[in-house]
Amino acid sequence: MAVKQISIFVENKEGRIKKAIDTLAKENINIRALSIADTTKYGILRLIVSDNEKAIEALEKDGFIVKENEVIILAVPDEPNGLNSTLEVFDEKGINLEYLYAFVSSKTDEAIVVMRLENMEKAIEALDESNVKILDEDDIKNL
Amino acid sequence: MFWNEKAECMEKEEKEKLQLERLQETVKLAYENVEFYKKRFDEIGLKPEDIKTLKDIEKIPFTTKSDLREAYPLGLLAVPREEIVEVHASSGTTGKPTVTAYTQNDLDIWGECIARGLKMAGAEKDYIIQNAYGYGLFTGGFGIHHGGNSMGAITIPISAGNTQRQLDTMVDFQSDILTCTPSYAMYLGESREKAGIPLEDINLKAGIHGAEMWTDEMRKRIEVSLGIKTHNIYGLTEVMGPGVAQECDFQNGMHIQDDHFYPEIINSETGETLGYGEKGELVLTSLTKTGMPILRFRTKDLTSLIADKCECGRTTVRMTRITGRSDDMLKIKGVMVFPSQIEKALLKVSGISPNYMIHVTRPDILDEVEVKVEATKELFSDEMKEMERVEKQIQASIRSETGLRVDVSIVEPETLPRSEGKAVRVIDERNFD
Repeated sequence: MAVKQISIFVENKEGRIKKAIDTLAKENINIRALSIADTTKYGILRLIVSDNEKAIEALEKDGFIVKENEVIILAVPDEPNGLNSTLEVFDEKGINLEYLYAFVSSKTDEAIVVMRLENMEKAIEALDESNVKILDEDDIKNL
Repeated sequence: MFWNEKAECMEKEEKEKLQLERLQETVKLAYENVEFYKKRFDEIGLKPEDIKTLKDIEKIPFTTKSDLREAYPLGLLAVPREEIVEVHASSGTTGKPTVTAYTQNDLDIWGECIARGLKMAGAEKDYIIQNAYGYGLFTGGFGIHHGGNSMGAITIPISAGNTQRQLDTMVDFQSDILTCTPSYAMYLGESREKAGIPLEDINLKAGIHGAEMWTDEMRKRIEVSLGIKTHNIYGLTEVMGPGVAQECDFQNGMHIQDDHFYPEIINSETGETLGYGEKGELVLTSLTKTGMPILRFRTKDLTSLIADKCECGRTTVRMTRITGRSDDMLKIKGVMVFPSQIEKALLKVSGISPNYMIHVTRPDILDEVEVKVEATKELFSDEMKEMERVEKQIQASIRSETGLRVDVSIVEPETLPRSEGKAVRVIDERNFD
């Protein structure tokens, strides 16, 4: 199943990322995972946080443009070829990857991978048929 | 040395006497034959005979570009149609173009003004003038052409573009003078270097460049890359075309052909006439044209006037390099652009906030335009390729509206300055001083 991620538009200028993070900290929102896609002019800050609703409200109040969308979060074996076997599942079905970012947690031996795919429905179907471990909201809270 | 020494080196008193006579004739001609001027005069109870001194010109209402547009195409003729032999028009990017119509005598005057400029650039009757201004409705190509003919020089009507052919022509014909826009001269110079044509193989001596704003930096580059001395030329379709003013070898202001055009500088806000040396908007009145005489035309070009006699010996009033426009029209890469066009283009893209900013710079020699647009929830996406698609869409929309390729930057909401009343939409950081 898919998990909701939030994305924030940040202009490429001093202090903007810090401002966004500050806003979240003030609301006691915990950041589970984070990635930045950037161009020379702006970046897209993608976050998995503890409370999307609260995060969006606080960020928008501070003038940020925020979007919520679905991603898939997977646990892959933290070993060589670990990610590859997962990607193969999508490859076989011809599903394109938009982006991914990964992190590790001290609470598990597995690497956690956040993915956005071109066709999320098909991707979830493909994963359900495979033996790849998909994490849900509760799994993430416990990381 | 001079094409017309009598006119170009005339003493002040004699010049003013001549100007007044010609002004009175022009005013009479316009009042009696052009409905528009008659109406304007009658509205304020002004009669042609009220113009008794040159100073009285200040009583005459200004003529603007929109007045000319309303008269499109031939509403301002002061002579019967059969006397008109040629017309030219401005590009008309923002609506109806403005048209100027010429009698044979008007063309002869145009030719005379250009010939004076060619002579300033050192031309002689046996000189070859490579005229790389565009031929067409634009006044550049034909204006120089008429001048070349008036002088009796050899004019090659090569028009703009086809760089290889331009270079071949320079080498094969050993052209003496190049006439084109400064940016094209710049490009030709660079192309010569790239093509590996040694300077010794070309014979250019001078260049006459205008129709767009340019800097000293550009001048230096053109002069070095083509081995020439350059002469800034000024003019505008509404008044005649190029040749209203041009620099001599001393490159210290452009000599206004003030026996044919009477210059004034005004405060563009109040309309008040300013003195020599003061910077303001140039206002021009034609003194000899009969096809479409023009009274106190507001050029919107910002400059100042120099009254002193030039080192070259000419006594004509000079105008300094144009440093800007008094209205919000932008001339970018030679193309006229109004912020409203950009706004229109932006509004065609869905999800765009009406807050935008146009940033014009000239980091090197070419103009660059950055259009900043505030992000909105609708246009923001977590996917980079989607963001890029939006930027491209905005770019394409601006391009189809203005013809310009611009850099689009999406910025955070509420970050572009808001102002009370008329918003500041344009930051022009090009330095023309």
